[in-house]
Amino acid sequence: MVQIDGLGKLLAEHPFFRGMDDAAMEVIAGCAANERINADTYLFREGGAADKFYLVRHGTIALEFHVPGRDPVVLSTVHEGEIFGWSWMVPPFTWTFDAKAIELTRLVSLDAKCLRGKIESDHSLGYDLLSRFIPVLADRLNAARLQMIDMYGRP
Amino acid sequence: MNTAIVDPMIPVPYQVRSFQKELSDTFTIELTPASGRRPFHFKPGQFNMLYAYGTGEVPISMSGDPADPSKVVHTIRAVGTVTDTLMALREGDNIGLRGPFGSSWPVEAAEGHDLIIVTGGIGLAPLRPAIYHVLKHRKKYGKVCIFYGARTPEDILFRKDLESWRGRFDMYADVTVDRGTGDWAGPVGVVTNLITRGRFDPHHTVAFVCGPEIMMRFSVQTLNGLGVTNDRIHVSMERNMKCAVGLCGFCQFGPTFVCKDGPVFRFDRIQKIFPVREL
Ligand SMILES: Cc1cc2nc3c(=O)[nH]c(=O)nc-3n(C[C@H](O)[C@H](O)[C@H](O)COP(=O)(O)OP(=O)(O)OC[C@H]3O[C@@H](n4cnc5c(N)ncnc54)[C@H](O)[C@@H]3O)c2cc1C
Ligand code: FES
Repeated sequence: MVQIDGLGKLLAEHPFFRGMDDAAMEVIAGCAANERINADTYLFREGGAADKFYLVRHGTIALEFHVPGRDPVVLSTVHEGEIFGWSWMVPPFTWTFDAKAIELTRLVSLDAKCLRGKIESDHSLGYDLLSRFIPVLADRLNAARLQMIDMYGRP
Repeated sequence: MNTAIVDPMIPVPYQVRSFQKELSDTFTIELTPASGRRPFHFKPGQFNMLYAYGTGEVPISMSGDPADPSKVVHTIRAVGTVTDTLMALREGDNIGLRGPFGSSWPVEAAEGHDLIIVTGGIGLAPLRPAIYHVLKHRKKYGKVCIFYGARTPEDILFRKDLESWRGRFDMYADVTVDRGTGDWAGPVGVVTNLITRGRFDPHHTVAFVCGPEIMMRFSVQTLNGLGVTNDRIHVSMERNMKCAVGLCGFCQFGPTFVCKDGPVFRFDRIQKIFPVREL
């Protein structure tokens, strides 16, 4: 219980969950765990089971794409106060990129199976979560488009 | 006092005092008046028309320190006929210069506020004089943040300046690249990501934005999303120019002349013409 209170507090302080009501926060905290990952260590690899999503408390995670025969391509980096990993919401629930810590990074992970179970029995929780995820996804999509058009390229 | 403008349509001969390659396609030239005429003062954000004899004339912003009028400094990216010719200049070569022209970054009006500078690619060059000014008068501003985006780590302009700004305790500077290459361990992603990560008070913030127009558009959207209103956002519009003094109408849109009323505009005053592709 003490652990969940601690995690609940950490979650409530994270920008992603800002403004969520206490009861919902406590339900979500029941699926949360603290994680720490050392620099240059992979948290997960493309194709693995997407059984969690992550909130960054401190540090930096690089989201990479592996291209055979080449160095990995860093698609973007994720920093303090941000989240990553939405494959847990989309079947077949497998990671579509690698995630590597650039420096010592502290995260809160949320267990996907646990969350999906809670959402099944409380659709309003699912709605709240989705309405937090969608703006993040829209931002990432816009950012990816801007990166793709090579806006600093020769006119 | 501005002693450079005699007839604003007649280029004055200047000599290249130094040429420095910045990036594979970008260079900085320092100019000195060929006739020993007195240096001129300029405001951060203003530009000169540089005339490559026999080729043509282009508007180029000043990129040096406004407190040191003895140095006329321009940083130029070679993208076509005239700028390619300018890239071939070397110490001792001559060019023509008209200016300075145009509006400036409102560095004085921004005093007492947090100042956010959002820039990308060559867009850092027109903003560097404003940064020099602000750092010289640092105590007059609240938080000062610089967010710079480049294509790759190899395309980061004024790396030494950025490193020294980053090393200061009285400001925040962050750089991101669209594509991380080599041993780059910094942020990867668009410059708008840096804005959302920055810690400033959006309701007491003035923002200066300069870069490719699409970058400016998304930066304005991001700033708006955080609560920075359009009357506190200033952008530099780079549209083709001919006379640069509001005579030929080449850069005119309705009552607005980009050369004379701009290139620096308060965003709420040009938000209607901002998306217009060609004037
Ligand atoms: C007020 C102002 C300040 C500027 N300051 C700087 C500066 O400090 N450093 C710098 O490198 N450049 C600056 N520019 C842009 C510079 O003037 C152009 O790159 C230059 O005019 C291109 O001329 P060119 O003959 O070399 O290329 P062109 O052969 O005329 O054009 C080559 C390509 O560049 C594109 N292009 C031309 N002009 C522009 C423009 N204004 N913006 C975007 N694309 C353009 C053309 O569409 C074409 O695709 C500034 C422009 C303005 C209006
Ligand atoms: S360039 Fe001639 S009016 Fe602006």
